[in-house]
Amino acid sequence: MDLSLSTRTVGDRTVVEVGGEIDVYTAPKLREQLVELVNDGSYHLVVDMEGVDFLDSTGLGVLVGGLKRVRAHEGSLRLVCNQERILKIFRITGLTKVFPIHTSVDDAVAATD
Amino acid sequence: MATVELLFSALPEHVRTARLVAAAVARRAGVDETVLDEVRLAVGEACTRAVSLHQSNAVSAPVKVVLIEDEKKFSIEVGDEAPHAPLSGPVPGAHAAGESAEEPGIEEEDEMGLAVISGLVDDVEVTAGESGGLIRMSWPIIPAPALP
Repeated sequence: MDLSLSTRTVGDRTVVEVGGEIDVYTAPKLREQLVELVNDGSYHLVVDMEGVDFLDSTGLGVLVGGLKRVRAHEGSLRLVCNQERILKIFRITGLTKVFPIHTSVDDAVAATD
Repeated sequence: MATVELLFSALPEHVRTARLVAAAVARRAGVDETVLDEVRLAVGEACTRAVSLHQSNAVSAPVKVVLIEDEKKFSIEVGDEAPHAPLSGPVPGAHAAGESAEEPGIEEEDEMGLAVISGLVDDVEVTAGESGGLIRMSWPIIPAPALP
């Protein structure tokens, strides 16, 4: 399965809905999408990962890169994920301390901390 | 003899194939269903690292994945043919070239891949020499119940 990406705006947040597999082959597409959003002035991103079937360290690297970019503009990058197998990768790498991870898009959009 | 051997050109698009093959052979060998996600991820990380090493060192040889089914364990070996620097201490200037300040560089992603593997797999061994590197991982096999 390939990677699917779609974006929508909710208030001052941009929600990026990701589906499929994020790996060494597909991660560059996600990187391009995040770079494009930041270049266009979207600094508060919510990455919805509920439709993601697979995530590896290349995908983590892209998310960390995205976080660095939005932080350079005092922005934020929040994740939405309830899948244990995906959350496990964030825990193993210690990235649960780096990314705010929410259980729903509504939750992530409403968060201000 | 290996149960299944897979050779693939060092291109990112083939890593998924390696993951699928490894998971299928592991399932058939009797690796617990709950562990198959870990097998898939660990093989993917090892192959991603090998592809990256081949590409950054302009190695034209394929990446090799060997899947071995034993009585009590299922082993996977992912081998690359990239020349590795000795593992003792940091290489001077290794982080100087080819990295932007914004994205993790090849070596950082390489380290993250290894971190994921060592976090996932209890039995893992990473060796490297001048003629290439090898990541060896294994998982226990749950014996099939005896037929009545």
